[in-house]
Amino acid sequence: MKIKFWGVRGSIPSPRAGTVRYGGNTTCIEVRTDNNELIILDGGTGIFPLSQTLLKELPVTANIFITHSHWDHIHGLPFFIPNFIPGNKMILHGALDPVSGRGVEQVMGVQLQYSFFPVREAEMKASIEYISLAPGEKVQAGSATVTATMLNHPVVNFGYRIECNGKSLFFTGDHEPYANIYSPEDESYEEYSMLVEMQQRAVLDAMRGVDVLIADSSYTIEEYPSKKGWGHGTFDSCMSMADAVGAKILYCTHHEPTRDDDELEHVFAKALERHPRREGLADFRLAREGLEIEF
Amino acid sequence: MSGLSAELNKKLGEAVERMPAFPKSVQKVLELTRNLDCSPKVLVQVIENDPVMTMKILRVLNSAYYSLPSKITSINHSVVFLGLNTVKNIALSIAAIGILPKKNSADFDVNAYLLHSLTTAAIAKHLSGRVGGSDPMDSYVAGLLHDFGKVVFAQFMPEQFKTALEKSQKGEISLFSAEMETIGTDHTVVGSMLAERWQFPKPLIDAIRSHHSEKAGDTVMSACVYAANQISKKMKFGFSGDLRAENLPPAVAKHFGGNTSLDMLIASFEDGELSKILEQANQFAQIDAS
Repeated sequence: MKIKFWGVRGSIPSPRAGTVRYGGNTTCIEVRTDNNELIILDGGTGIFPLSQTLLKELPVTANIFITHSHWDHIHGLPFFIPNFIPGNKMILHGALDPVSGRGVEQVMGVQLQYSFFPVREAEMKASIEYISLAPGEKVQAGSATVTATMLNHPVVNFGYRIECNGKSLFFTGDHEPYANIYSPEDESYEEYSMLVEMQQRAVLDAMRGVDVLIADSSYTIEEYPSKKGWGHGTFDSCMSMADAVGAKILYCTHHEPTRDDDELEHVFAKALERHPRREGLADFRLAREGLEIEF
Repeated sequence: MSGLSAELNKKLGEAVERMPAFPKSVQKVLELTRNLDCSPKVLVQVIENDPVMTMKILRVLNSAYYSLPSKITSINHSVVFLGLNTVKNIALSIAAIGILPKKNSADFDVNAYLLHSLTTAAIAKHLSGRVGGSDPMDSYVAGLLHDFGKVVFAQFMPEQFKTALEKSQKGEISLFSAEMETIGTDHTVVGSMLAERWQFPKPLIDAIRSHHSEKAGDTVMSACVYAANQISKKMKFGFSGDLRAENLPPAVAKHFGGNTSLDMLIASFEDGELSKILEQANQFAQIDAS
């Protein structure tokens, strides 16, 4: 399996001198199976440069998996160039929105409205298929099996586990560790703790033993208290999670948009000090735009 | 007809989708959601005190889409699974439908109904905690939703329901029997069939279905809901549209020890416990005068 990061920034594209090394594009990860089948995780702005590289291998079938419908994970989709060329195929997977009751087609539908984008969906030449997944559902994408797991974010967010030829990867999309909404003196505290533990266990089980874990580490532990409930993890929560599930390597991503490269490396190093490595434990890295890995 | 035709079941299900929630919870949800950092536990409390909101959120959670291995009965569980913001926005979309009118052409007092449902819920939870063998919060939800069929009748079959209410209040006939005569089915059937249509957990469907039947003795939770409903009626907490409190059938009574009568069960509550339950329910059922 091969992975290439095309966008590692959270919230909003952040191109500037200070982010040149790690990159300013929002979330997009290219995954290739051993048969070179194309899987794309999220359609942030990183999908635009990715899509340009696809022009030399037309026709393409792109299996896109959207973790959730927030802008930074979908706003590159209208610029997915293969959609304008006949013969290509896009299969867009994602969750149903329990509030609107609409499936994943909504993420294209809202963006391709006349006032916001010049090309309507009907005018796109590629074949576009939508598959709304249920939590826990497994689908086949070429020779890979992809499983959706419900995580914790202000909107329904699926983490995806991709498995192919005995290799595996898990991408969280956006995820905040679960917390109890009650105080210990409240009557519902214990019930809620039990529910959280159950859910937490299901989430860790879904990630267990992966070769590569790519996780939302937007904040430092110092920043986190004022961002609680925003739906993001910290470097430390991701590191603990990687160790808990026995991942081989963790890539921290969804970098905070105001954080420049030097600062990013600094806060990452600080977190690393709190999670010293030894033989047999996961390796921790920062995800960087353009980084390619093969495993 | 003792059941509902598939067509009527579908029609009622769709009608409930458009059914507004109770005034106090609509007001509270609108108020809470104006603030980005609204207190999660207050939001849960508001939803848990409104049968319409609870019904609708459980409907989303238990739909075939989520195909959860174990069904979800509690609003807390909904928040853990779906996330607070999603639950908040579902609640907001329910609040946006409007307010369940206090006056309906069936002359069914929805505030008194709410008070009856809330006290039944709290008493069922209490009994369930005391007896053991069923989750108190599941019993609470079952108590809250046990009479849901009535509010559906009041909204969507007001004339026939009005006749049933009058019949029951005039004569020696229980409301569910009167409903059978005028509507051809009763609120336990309608409530449980909606719960079934929305794939609620089986114990919850059974508790709604059996709350006027000896079958309530089959499980601890159903027995608690049966008994709580009768206690609430006997204590005249709110009004369910039915003046009569029935004694506990032996199958139900055995869960509370031997041949416990309704009066004995009421007497088994500590001093002030039932009035505390009423007081708390009142806080939610009544809309502020201000």
